[in-house]
Amino acid sequence: MSILIKHISKSFKDIIALKDVSFEVNKGELFGLIGPDGAGKTTLFRILTTLLIADKGKATIANFDAIADYKKIRNSVGYMPGKFSLYPDLTVEENLEFFATIFGTTIEENYNLIEDIYIQIEPFKKRRAGKLSGGMKQKLALCCALIHKPKVLFLDEPTTGVDPVSRKEFWEMLKRLQKKDITILVSTPYMDEAALCDRIALIQYGEILEIDSPQNIVKHFPKKLYNVSANKMYELIESLKNYEHQYSVYPFGEFVHYTDQRDHFNPKELQQYLETNNLKNITIETTNPTIEDTFMELAK
Amino acid sequence: MKRFIGFVKKEFYHIFRDRRSLFILFGMPIAQIMLFGFAITNEINNVDIAVLDHSKDATTQEIINKISASKYFSIQQFIERETDIESVFKKGKVKAVLNFEKEFSKKLIKENTATIQIITDATDPNTANTISNFVNSILRNYQQELNKDIKITYQIVPQTRMIYNPELKSVFMFVPGVMTIILMLVSAMMTSISITREKEMGTMEILLVSPLKPFQVIIGKVVPYIFLSVINAIVIIVLSVFVLKMPVQGSLILLGLESVLFIINALSLGILISTISKTQQTAMMISLMGLMLPVIILSGFIFPISSMPLPLQVISNIIPAKWFIIILKGIMLKGVGISFIWKETLILVAMTLFFMGLSVKKYKIRLE
Amino acid sequence: MSTENVIEAKNLTKKFGDFTAVNKITFNVKQGEIFGFLGANGAGKTTAIKMLIGISSPTSGDANVAGFDIYKNAEYIKKNIGYMSQKFALYDDLTVKENITFYGGIYGLSRKRIKEKRCQLVEELGLQEVTNELVSSLPLGWKQKLAFSVTLLHDPKIIFLDEPTGGVDPITRRQFWEMIYKTANKGTTVFVTTHYMDEAEYCDRVSIMVNGKIEALNTPKELKEQYKVDSMNDVFLKLARG
Repeated sequence: MSILIKHISKSFKDIIALKDVSFEVNKGELFGLIGPDGAGKTTLFRILTTLLIADKGKATIANFDAIADYKKIRNSVGYMPGKFSLYPDLTVEENLEFFATIFGTTIEENYNLIEDIYIQIEPFKKRRAGKLSGGMKQKLALCCALIHKPKVLFLDEPTTGVDPVSRKEFWEMLKRLQKKDITILVSTPYMDEAALCDRIALIQYGEILEIDSPQNIVKHFPKKLYNVSANKMYELIESLKNYEHQYSVYPFGEFVHYTDQRDHFNPKELQQYLETNNLKNITIETTNPTIEDTFMELAK
Repeated sequence: MKRFIGFVKKEFYHIFRDRRSLFILFGMPIAQIMLFGFAITNEINNVDIAVLDHSKDATTQEIINKISASKYFSIQQFIERETDIESVFKKGKVKAVLNFEKEFSKKLIKENTATIQIITDATDPNTANTISNFVNSILRNYQQELNKDIKITYQIVPQTRMIYNPELKSVFMFVPGVMTIILMLVSAMMTSISITREKEMGTMEILLVSPLKPFQVIIGKVVPYIFLSVINAIVIIVLSVFVLKMPVQGSLILLGLESVLFIINALSLGILISTISKTQQTAMMISLMGLMLPVIILSGFIFPISSMPLPLQVISNIIPAKWFIIILKGIMLKGVGISFIWKETLILVAMTLFFMGLSVKKYKIRLE
Repeated sequence: MSTENVIEAKNLTKKFGDFTAVNKITFNVKQGEIFGFLGANGAGKTTAIKMLIGISSPTSGDANVAGFDIYKNAEYIKKNIGYMSQKFALYDDLTVKENITFYGGIYGLSRKRIKEKRCQLVEELGLQEVTNELVSSLPLGWKQKLAFSVTLLHDPKIIFLDEPTGGVDPITRRQFWEMIYKTANKGTTVFVTTHYMDEAEYCDRVSIMVNGKIEALNTPKELKEQYKVDSMNDVFLKLARG
């Protein structure tokens, strides 16, 4: 077991940040902590990286106790905090070199680990980190977190503020790192990134809603889900919300995701209802729930 | 050790890449010394005065000659009536009027006392005060000369403030103060800012999660600023000696060692500030308000401690700058050795140890 | 949605020295439309918007926003638009009431009008209980909805939203989009800039900027068909990777 979290609770004054959180992450697993801002993700990361002490509960990282063995943990984990913590006035190379030295290693020693990431930013190695784009900063921060060959890697919202291309590249890098036997715990507010993890934990208001693989988690969705579309979006949403049998109505891109209270629901009835509300070009089709649908259902 | 050197190297990168701060760091001492040396000064030069001489006898003539011969005053005009006094002031031509009473010589010889009224323009109280001090001192000199001849004793009030500064050069009084302020600012403010900056940028989180030990981080932050502050101290002393022509009477080595002691004292204060502030802004505010103001007001740099109300006198004892200024004045102006300032030195050492102990204790190995 | 254009940009260009940040972009936005303005960091989005809202002067090209020329009548444009960014929206240390009054004040609304608007807004958002609470004490989702409503106080013709729902929980995000639909339905144009592609899926039409140029402009549905992919994210990846 790489990370073991048992009944962790943490409050700041009267705000409850984490409420009885328990889960475990296996060795070599890519585990995602999925939840919106303020869900308690960062607090959990800080407890696991020994920066905070939980009010209740116990955590072990790489078999070290988060409180008693904090020095050993600090030697064996890599941490990338929410803001890319780099020195903006140091160049790319100097940043990497600095983090290598304070962990008592050199760039050369573990170069093979970061090679395929570093190679992408190497052309800019003389540039100050403050002048890099979001995507490049993110890659450099990852290199810095990896340079001492950590056993466990903690990435707190590594893709926030980064464009889709860099985001995609970043997840590809994580997949490759995983193959090098590094356990990765990553947090993100983006549900679409959840699908790329081995297992995910959905978290909201400090509580874990569900833990499973992305493929299985959508099976927890209890209803049949329909994609509804019509010519006017706003009227469609209003009409659906006023429909007496509706269970949930959520706009979802160009569609509205609809579930009905009844077990035997006939889409034709809904179609007729919508038509009486002066909507045209109505389509109603079943669709597969996404992780986001599941999250909303669980958080309801 | 390699980790530590790597850390110090990084600190130097920060310092040398921040051009603006570097400019302030080294520009400030020069500007301050020049400002205090030339612009803000208690000295007066060629102040225009008027004379109203009711006696016009030998003694008054002699005094007037003395005064006009000094480089401090130039006699603008002689007036004849009391009513003219107000009008010359109103015209703004003179800063002071000397009013000799009638039969000045006669009274001085017969009654051993004669009066000169020194009327100054108190809209500028500082200058007014200085002018009357200067006139008084010229008069005293004259009295002393007079006493030699006629063997009549006069009561002379000594002004201790001027004993070690016979030329009345106020700039010599300012140099120790300016040096103290600058060392305090550079050392305390810069270190506290540089530590809080890491907190703000989030890099402190990574440093904490690294195997670096707290004292390595603290010492690593301090070393570059000791180096910078020593350079600053040297710049200030060189400037005062060569530009302001200020003599350093005592031992340069002792001066250097005491400065290093004070720098370390200020640095430990800086670290202490950084442990209680979360942002660079707070660190700067605390440094400015919490350190600068007391240094300026309570250290005896501008306002003499002896003339403060008792509670403030007591408080001034906990200001490290007060003791450093005493030490500096001792070495620079009086030329004394360690045997005269060991008490002050010991106080500074004790304060330094206290601040250091407190900041290591307060330095957190975790986030709040 | 009407057929009247509220934003017309023609060959709009902005150069900084040798660097062309925005390169001859041409597009129209209709009244009541939800228009997504997408692009990676550094693609030129921010520069383009600064020109449209009248705080930066173009190097060349023309644009007309809310019926006013961006060269001649920049001041009128500012009165007719609202702007909400994810980073800055409300003052945390002011109460809900004070924030509303302050924003009403900057746009020159009369006291009476501010009061009317405030009551209406507080009721719509269900904030009756917290009108005298500091904004900092509200949950993130409430803050965002409040910020959005405050942006609408002076009945602007166009509102510019900068990454409005990044990091918000999925339910609040949907409530937020419902507010946007409602606003657009009333005839206000909504101009959304973002680099989060899931926000793009909600827009009527989107434009995608790459290296200072608009590389694609269409409805999300047609863009997905055109590039034969399932999501706007994939459309973007195809375009940006070239």
